[in-house]
Amino acid sequence: MNLLSILPFAVIAAITLAGALAAAALPNLVHAALSLVLAFLGVAAFFFLLGAEFIGLVQVIVYVGAVAVLIVFTILLTRSDSGRPGYMNWGGVPVALAVLAGLLWALSRTALPAGQAGAAAPLTVLGIGQTLMNQYVWPLQAVGVVLTAALVGAVVLVMEEKR
Amino acid sequence: MIDAADQIFVIAKRLLLSLLMWAPDWVVQVVSSLMNVAAVLGVFLVLFALISVFERKILGRIQNRYGPNRVGPFGLLQPVADGIKMLIKEDIVPRGADKAVHFLAPVAMVAPAILALGVIPYGRNMTAFSIDAGILFFFAVGSATELAVFMAGWSSNNKYSMLGAMRAIAQMVSYELPLIITVLPVVMIAGSLSPDQIVAAQNGYLFGLVPKWFVLTPWGAVAFILFFTASLVESNRTPFDLPEGESELVAGHMTEYSGFKYATFFMAEYFGMFAVSGLAVTLFLGGWHAPAAFLQFIPSWIWFFLKLSVLLFTFIWIRGTLPRVRIDQVMKLAWTFMLPMAFSCLLAAAAWHYISSAALGWFSSLLIVGIAYAGLSKILEARKHLSVRTYQFAE
Amino acid sequence: MGALEAVIAVSIVLFSLGLMAVLTRRDAIFMLIGIEMMLAAGNLNLVAFWHYGPHPEQMTGAMMAIFAMAVAAGETAVGLALILAVYRHRRSTQIDQLNTLKG
Repeated sequence: MNLLSILPFAVIAAITLAGALAAAALPNLVHAALSLVLAFLGVAAFFFLLGAEFIGLVQVIVYVGAVAVLIVFTILLTRSDSGRPGYMNWGGVPVALAVLAGLLWALSRTALPAGQAGAAAPLTVLGIGQTLMNQYVWPLQAVGVVLTAALVGAVVLVMEEKR
Repeated sequence: MIDAADQIFVIAKRLLLSLLMWAPDWVVQVVSSLMNVAAVLGVFLVLFALISVFERKILGRIQNRYGPNRVGPFGLLQPVADGIKMLIKEDIVPRGADKAVHFLAPVAMVAPAILALGVIPYGRNMTAFSIDAGILFFFAVGSATELAVFMAGWSSNNKYSMLGAMRAIAQMVSYELPLIITVLPVVMIAGSLSPDQIVAAQNGYLFGLVPKWFVLTPWGAVAFILFFTASLVESNRTPFDLPEGESELVAGHMTEYSGFKYATFFMAEYFGMFAVSGLAVTLFLGGWHAPAAFLQFIPSWIWFFLKLSVLLFTFIWIRGTLPRVRIDQVMKLAWTFMLPMAFSCLLAAAAWHYISSAALGWFSSLLIVGIAYAGLSKILEARKHLSVRTYQFAE
Repeated sequence: MGALEAVIAVSIVLFSLGLMAVLTRRDAIFMLIGIEMMLAAGNLNLVAFWHYGPHPEQMTGAMMAIFAMAVAAGETAVGLALILAVYRHRRSTQIDQLNTLKG
């Protein structure tokens, strides 16, 4: 693995983790939400690196275009003063570090298949469509029902009660 | 000779790249991409300057007055004067504003617009970046614009900016759905998400005279009108410019920006207009194809820019003619009318394509769209009571 | 360290950062941000295993990632609607003030 193939990976990993760290640690809510957007864009760039361009683009549309906008709208509508001291419960950090250490230890002890770069067939939209309609048609319908239920539920939850 | 005029830019780029024969492969690729980017940026910056003066002149003519005509012949050097003014204006940032977010908002607004310009085919073999899922890429960068609007409104620390930003985001999110769903019939019929393939699917002429553009089919005409309306909303143009209504919110989310940052917002709005008009030309109006078989001697890129100019003129024309729509009327239009109509377009496209007899396919597709429109109008107007219009003049 | 281990390590760090956001923050919206980060890390893991694993032409990992993304979006919508509904009653999104069911 020469420098030219490590460099994009390292840069994207750095951006993603920096954005995630900022999203977890910044006191200002809007700054944290915008760093989350950076982290999502980094994950989308990872998907592009791994040859799944369609999933990367869907990640941008769904996460950056919808989830981040939802979070931002909720920040607008609920004035929370989270910049006060005492905004963070520092007891959670050791737990997260313990989980990190445990998972990394598990990773180092697992024998993973040797990563042959570029061995995967390119992920075409035609292939995804055919697989969705042939093998995964029932999960597709189930996801449709789940999303409809989520839509109806979200609207009902924030509907104003009739006096 | 005709072919050379058509491919003149491709040949010029190939000649320039041949000067780099000695360089390694990746250098040639990088330089080639940079040349594409420079060409797109150069053309659209000039077009932006021209549009800003033509809009004011056309609006002026609609309002029975001359537009700007002092600077240069017929006022054509007005963009130069505007540019100098914007550059030397003082950059005022409100005291309570969030400095970093306030600075990044114009950047985050203009970057997606320029990115979206890269996937549109401007002529035969003249796409800046030919991506396989180009339409998806276009919508992905379009959805990043909403965040930039929020950043601008929030960081200004101003209630009216915040109101404008909220309205703008609500509008843009609501109309993303009709925008994407009206594109679905085109993708279904063309069988590909790549803009090059979609333009290639509109090749050919019926009876040698009528082009096979998608706008000349029943479902295509309705989808084009819906797409055009949704793109009016996405670029915050009249009649949907409530978020930046000058008589209401000063400039909405752009209120606290002055000088070069305001010029960047302005540029982002126009680039968004160019991108979405370019996509409309690609998807519905046949891209760079000529309207008749005997007109094919005119180069393809001239046809593309001609069609683009027609669409931009329609944008400006609608701005000068229609009044503003209220925000709740805007949202109601999106969710109750445009969404069901877009789904009926999808059904009509399927009927047009898969019914074996061509005439029956056309007729049933027309029927589906007509029934959907009539049904929706009936249902939605059921609660309106239109009385006889009375005029009251001062005596 | 092979390429697969590197990507999995990045997704592990992303996951634990999301876990830290959920555990250390008092504001409900921050917790939702942390949950979204964890879901994104999971998606990254799925796609990495799809790319480097056996039988990439069966697209199993990629399909799971698409479904997970759809469900995550739906769950975010409902979660934020819940936060809005709670805010309407309690005027606050700090989770240590939402303890009426305690005891």
